[in-house]
Amino acid sequence: MSEYKATIGIECHVQLNTKTKLFSGVDNDAVDKEPNACVSPVDYALPGVLPVLNKAAIEKCVRAGLAMNCKINLASRFDRKHYYYPDLPKGYQITQMYQPIVGSGIIHLPDGSEVKIHHAHLEEDAAKSTHYGDYSLVDLNRAGTPLLEIVTDLPGMHSAAQARLYCEELHRLMMYANATNGDLYQGNMRFDVNVSVSKTDKLGTRTETKNLNSFRSVERAIEYEIKRQISVLEKGGEVKQQTLGWNDATGKTSPQRGKEEAQDYRYMPDPDLPPVVLTQEYVDKIAASMGAMPQDYRSKFGVLNLDDSAREAIINYPILAERLSEVCDKDVKLAPRVANWFASVLLAEENLDKDFKLATGAELTELSEMVEKKELSSTAGKEVFLALYNAKNTSKTPHALAKEMNLLQENDEGALEAIIDEVLTAPECAKAAEDVRNGEMKAIGFLVGQVMKKSKGKANPATVNELIKKKLS
Amino acid sequence: MKIADKNTKAVELVRDALDKAKKFEAYHCFISMNEARALERAREIDKKIAKGEPVGRLAGVPFALKDNYLSRDGNTTAAARMLEDFAAPITATAVKRLEAEGAIVIGRTNLDAFAHGGSTENSYFGVTHNSADMERVSGGSSGGSAVAVALGIVPFALGSDTGGSIRQPASFNGVYGVKPTYGAVSRYGVVAMASSTDTMGCFATTAEDADLIMKIMAGKDEKDSTTLDDYWTKDLDEITPKKKKIGLITDFMGEGVDKEVVSIVKDYAKKLEKVGFEIEEVKLPIAKYALAIYYIVQPAEVASNLSRYDGIRYGHRAAEFDDLAGLYNNTRDEGFMTENKRRIMIGNFVLSSGFYDAYYLKAQKARTLLINGYNELLEKYDALLCPVAPNPAFKIGENTSDPLKMYLEDVMTVPTSLTGMPSVSVPAGKTKAGLPVGVQLIGQRRDDQLLLSIAKTVEEQA
Repeated sequence: MSEYKATIGIECHVQLNTKTKLFSGVDNDAVDKEPNACVSPVDYALPGVLPVLNKAAIEKCVRAGLAMNCKINLASRFDRKHYYYPDLPKGYQITQMYQPIVGSGIIHLPDGSEVKIHHAHLEEDAAKSTHYGDYSLVDLNRAGTPLLEIVTDLPGMHSAAQARLYCEELHRLMMYANATNGDLYQGNMRFDVNVSVSKTDKLGTRTETKNLNSFRSVERAIEYEIKRQISVLEKGGEVKQQTLGWNDATGKTSPQRGKEEAQDYRYMPDPDLPPVVLTQEYVDKIAASMGAMPQDYRSKFGVLNLDDSAREAIINYPILAERLSEVCDKDVKLAPRVANWFASVLLAEENLDKDFKLATGAELTELSEMVEKKELSSTAGKEVFLALYNAKNTSKTPHALAKEMNLLQENDEGALEAIIDEVLTAPECAKAAEDVRNGEMKAIGFLVGQVMKKSKGKANPATVNELIKKKLS
Repeated sequence: MKIADKNTKAVELVRDALDKAKKFEAYHCFISMNEARALERAREIDKKIAKGEPVGRLAGVPFALKDNYLSRDGNTTAAARMLEDFAAPITATAVKRLEAEGAIVIGRTNLDAFAHGGSTENSYFGVTHNSADMERVSGGSSGGSAVAVALGIVPFALGSDTGGSIRQPASFNGVYGVKPTYGAVSRYGVVAMASSTDTMGCFATTAEDADLIMKIMAGKDEKDSTTLDDYWTKDLDEITPKKKKIGLITDFMGEGVDKEVVSIVKDYAKKLEKVGFEIEEVKLPIAKYALAIYYIVQPAEVASNLSRYDGIRYGHRAAEFDDLAGLYNNTRDEGFMTENKRRIMIGNFVLSSGFYDAYYLKAQKARTLLINGYNELLEKYDALLCPVAPNPAFKIGENTSDPLKMYLEDVMTVPTSLTGMPSVSVPAGKTKAGLPVGVQLIGQRRDDQLLLSIAKTVEEQA
């Protein structure tokens, strides 16, 4: 069966995290709100009311587009897509059929592969229907939420695992662009996957599995579809082009009821909305305001020799990647330890509630350096590291914290050695050191005194004496 | 136009209008009256005047509202069963601006349901009669407003013009009818017909009154993204035509056009000459395609805009249905008139997959050519002159069985609906039978006031 090649295309609906809806000026955040609490006459399609474009959504689209290395179309416009359903108040959805705001681009996946983006268009979300026996209820809170629909291009992806990587990377990019809140559980990103299999270069008949809302269900649904389609073909059957739903409990796809084939949406330019015209300066300004992207961090962190899962775990959190990058800029050899703290300490389940913003790159560098210099044991280093994420410690330096926590280990040979090395190479000590080397042990008193002074009296003089002797013998 | 002041009480102005409305009830201009609220507002204004407080430029002036403008006074029915019981929770921007200047809505006027028609015969609530002849149509779709002004019930009334719905009834009833530049007045709060040609305008008895009403309504509205910035700002007397030349469109003066209409337009041309304009005959061959373009673009937008009437959230809902499709089908079947359904079907046909390029897209391309044609002429002339409609008001029932003939009524008004240019219907004379006939002045976008200033000059000097 291995000669079958799967081709996968994905359409992802990203809910943009604007303050207000796409066209109505109403609160866009319906989490924990009563049904139909975030609704204006525009959202329930009162006669005579008109859509007014939320410019913040345009900026989010540009950010998202730039994050995907996509061309930003300076002129785009809105169209109406018609169909009747109670959760579509106007009887049409405002979308961008003919001139989308985001053009083609390329997304680089962590495994080194690439996925082409065909385009991404801005549209409004529909409301939510809930069905009960012989009646249904409609909640319009979601109606009019801005959505960016991102559509992949051929050649597409070829395995469920790659598709999952793509979805994860897309999620990362949207978070980096601050285009969405990215809460998959709340439906902030929903995936429709198109799958076909073929033994030749000619694509097979595809099915579309709609509304997947987790990376895992994307992967599983595709795996299932590939197997199912191959088995249909092997039995001499034909794959039907149809829209499917995914049942997470049974792990199976099945045809969606009520979705008619070949709907005619009667697309038409929306006469209520003027075209969106952007200037290159506007786009450039947004581009300049955007930070590094996951792919930038991947190449930057390459020298740290992290394992892939640790690196990706960090990159999942833009703020952590940014901090690690700052540490790299200060002293790259101090960075692997910080990366390790992030991946194995901070991102451990029980520490996920921490406010990742608290520790600065400078503090992390300082802390890593303390461990590097053996002023702290590596265990103590982790303790101070976690303490940095406690809001009450925000004004304290790692050194002060370590001191307060009584974790400084200046009697430690390693730490002492550093001080001794410094003393022995200092010009004013050159003569004394030379004397000791020549067997004049009286001179050692001067050197021990210097070390005691440098360690602010914390060093053990006997240890220092021993260490100096060892070094100069 | 009488405005309330220390000597003229707002209550008297409003009461007078209400009395006249009652007296002329047989014409059926109104779908509903707003008597109690109107009088209440008039009393408030009188109190303010007595106290010497500011009351606005239209203090106590009663006016009538085409029943497709949403406001909190009475139901906004659009003359359709679909909205028979629809009480709007918002007020249209145009109405708000007039009310802020002290104007008072006394009632809501009749129209073709959803403004689909040119005779006000397509109203769910019955036909409106012509102000000069009860047996004839008022014109439409803003028939009720035109007749209310012509009968002197109110000094002005609001209408909406998508393909001639203000200009043609104005011509049929001998009053001014202003279809402004597209985007001059906010469409917010007016039941949409065809969004790319819907304009909000008024009926009045003088150019000066019409200008004041429009000046108040016009201007940027953040609730309508297609509104233009404020340009309607001058006094008519400040405006001087630059070219002193007017083009007479001969394409609309030939075959199929009533001879009396032609001669009234020619008489008006002579008056223009008398006040110093040079008249030149011009040809506009592209204009003959306007009707075909319009009856593709407009039904497409109509079909789309009427999609929201599904019986789910407001408006009529069928009492009986078996499933969701049945709810939609029965509701829309009962709520819409025949003409509404015809346009929905045409519109959905031209937008359907496989036909879009051949109809809608081609029509939009032809529309651009039409705009170019008008632009070329308006580079040479201050304004263009032509009839408003090919004939004076026709008999009630005369065209109802022939939708195509009814559509031909629009042939002279739809071109500038498609180009977005301002066009004013100016009362110009009467036929031997006493039927009013208007002429149409057409100008470049934003030249609305130039048209009114020309009309005013003729009105006062010729």
